[in-house]
Amino acid sequence: MNMLTVSASPHIHGDYLTKKLMYGVVYSLVPAMLVSLYFFGFNALRVLLLSVFFSLLFEWLIQKYLIKGPISITDGSAIVTGILLAFNVPSNLPASMIIVGALVAIGIAKMSFGGLGKNIFNPALVARVFLLISFPVEMTSWPKPLGFTKNLSDVITGPTPLGFVKDGISSGRNISELAAHMPSYIQDLLGQTGGSLGEVSAITLIIGGIYLIWKKIISWEIPISILLTVVVFSGILWIIDPQQYADPVFQLLTGGLMLGAIFMATDMVTSPMTKGGQLVFGFGVGLLTILIRVWGAYPEGVSFAILLMNAVVPLINRGFKPKRFGTKPCLITLT
Amino acid sequence: MEILKTFALGGIHPKENKLSANVPIEVLPIPKQVIVPLGQNLGAPSQPVIKRGDKLKVGQLIGKGMSFISADLHSPVSGTVLKIDNLLDSSGFHRPAIVINVEGDEWAESIDRTDNLTTKIELSPQEIIEKVKKAGLVGMGGATFPTHVKLMVPSGKTVEYLIINGVECEPYLTADHRLMLEKGSEILIGTKILMKALKVNKAVIGIENNKPDAINHLSQLAKKHEGINVRALQIKYPQGGEKQLIKAITNREVPSAKLPIEVGCVVQNVGTALAVYEAVQKNKPLIERIVTVTGKAVKKPSNFKVRIGTPIKQLIEAAEGLPENTGKIIGGGPMMGKTLQSPEVPIVKGSSGILLMKKEESYRQIESPCIRCSKCIYVCPMGLEPFFLSRLSKLAKFDMAEKEIIMDCIECGSCQYTCPAYIPLLDYLRLGKAKVATAIRTRNIT
Repeated sequence: MNMLTVSASPHIHGDYLTKKLMYGVVYSLVPAMLVSLYFFGFNALRVLLLSVFFSLLFEWLIQKYLIKGPISITDGSAIVTGILLAFNVPSNLPASMIIVGALVAIGIAKMSFGGLGKNIFNPALVARVFLLISFPVEMTSWPKPLGFTKNLSDVITGPTPLGFVKDGISSGRNISELAAHMPSYIQDLLGQTGGSLGEVSAITLIIGGIYLIWKKIISWEIPISILLTVVVFSGILWIIDPQQYADPVFQLLTGGLMLGAIFMATDMVTSPMTKGGQLVFGFGVGLLTILIRVWGAYPEGVSFAILLMNAVVPLINRGFKPKRFGTKPCLITLT
Repeated sequence: MEILKTFALGGIHPKENKLSANVPIEVLPIPKQVIVPLGQNLGAPSQPVIKRGDKLKVGQLIGKGMSFISADLHSPVSGTVLKIDNLLDSSGFHRPAIVINVEGDEWAESIDRTDNLTTKIELSPQEIIEKVKKAGLVGMGGATFPTHVKLMVPSGKTVEYLIINGVECEPYLTADHRLMLEKGSEILIGTKILMKALKVNKAVIGIENNKPDAINHLSQLAKKHEGINVRALQIKYPQGGEKQLIKAITNREVPSAKLPIEVGCVVQNVGTALAVYEAVQKNKPLIERIVTVTGKAVKKPSNFKVRIGTPIKQLIEAAEGLPENTGKIIGGGPMMGKTLQSPEVPIVKGSSGILLMKKEESYRQIESPCIRCSKCIYVCPMGLEPFFLSRLSKLAKFDMAEKEIIMDCIECGSCQYTCPAYIPLLDYLRLGKAKVATAIRTRNIT
């Protein structure tokens, strides 16, 4: 006799899968990856491969020998972390530091919290900040985007546009004097500028973001609220004094803002769960980014902003409940 | 083009798979033996009023609803009572049921068996409710709430809208669809009767847009009936849920833990409207219903008109047999239906379909960690946080789950359907609901 299965409803599934979500993120990063290969050449490939390989290796080692639990390195999350870590470092970073970064990302930021879904902070960002503080020189010497044409040994390094403006302003020059020496917005958009591997080309990141929103892997609330806050806040400063403060378009296109807003802040595990909470989260990230960029010690503040907001996500989740059926819509429900 | 209405919060759109949508209703031969469970309605089970060896006619009273929320039960066949025994039913438990050996097909004299359409409604609202009660009517959509209780409007409340539920949002099921196509006139008169009983002059029949033939047919017929409107709705699950349907049609939201009457609405299924017509105009108690037999491997997906108490194996045979690789038999649709333990269990008043799943469709996937993707929150039609509630349930924090209004969950399964980590969210939610319900009951007693 045929054995029948007995189980509770629902009996069908929408065929969504964590793995598919993760690989969706990987696909969305491909355009930015190609641009980084074009501008930074083999070095970009080296960083990407090292970062992904060691992220996977550390996850496997920890799951196999420390946790002694099931191995889940094929779920794609470590690959995403590896790519994002590579995207967040200069392309000439020594291999040893990349390996340290992968260990920090996977070992400290992810597995020590309990693995996938349990971490409070974005693993790739924790690693980036760790590297930035531990190896400030290596982490802030940005190779000029030259591509495959130049010999790897004589890579020219230079500041990022954000670093250039920050130094310029603090040494008493104003924006219009600096503008002549900066890349054009078109170059910022395409990625022909100094910076970390994956952050340089705004346009490819936007394409990736549109893909993610279309595939419903991320929701629009977080990236849009971050970008809007940055535009509004930096716009106000720019209107007050255009010689002291860079304009909103510059703020949008430079540094890690696009990468952070679209790929890092939207990390499901470390971002709020309701639409209202996501808007507040995005507002916080945008505000902190500009605060750090304009008045902080670092020229770039996106990673710190996201990590700081990651810390308050549980609080946001507590305060922002979805609209319950049968109640009036209200943004904040305090419990 | 007019933008179709739907409910606002959440919802999903599973593959419809309405395999039997174009198959006309077929009358299934009367079985040799029927098993009529006594607890076929929501609320208290009926009390048997017959004993072993009694000779029965079709439509004769065999069980009486003794408490307020309960329903009468009638013999679906003519024959002899074999026994009253605890037998396996669709709930998966052994519960009291009357077993009748069929002899011929002799109907009670009072029942009008002709097909003539009786349009004139002569009874007063009170008489209608009494007759509905006597006919043992329950909600035919599956919840099986006694119909007469729904028609008794509490004092101080008025009904503005009667909503007739022709949504049939469950994938695969087509029983209501066929009913609307083949019994449209009867459904509309049934609606008129319900309107009279509830003293309302507005009725809306809500039908999802994947049944354009039913929408057209009923719209044409409704022209003859003042006050009845047919409304096409966007395709979205669980629109057939009472609260979701009211929201879609009237834009009103029934408050938490309240009944539709709170916002001036009463919802009845199209099947119930037909049963009301038959009970009031034809004196026919609820003894048969339409059941869809379907599934991807079923050779002949069908819609059958069957007597209550028919073992489901008979329906499966009529659909050309149990497919080789059947892994699961579901009573109802794939989203909310219950798994049946055996093909021996009988059809009851609330059976809307028999769904046979292939082996490979029958198993659940292995659960992986929650990545807080929020999909369950986005799809919850009640605005709950399924991931959070399931976790509270898992940790046995039922008092917190109650504060997060776990009791509002309608068990539609949208959360679990969407979960990319394959977490059995609804299992935990059901556990939580059961625990919280017990806690509330205990509190009310003390």
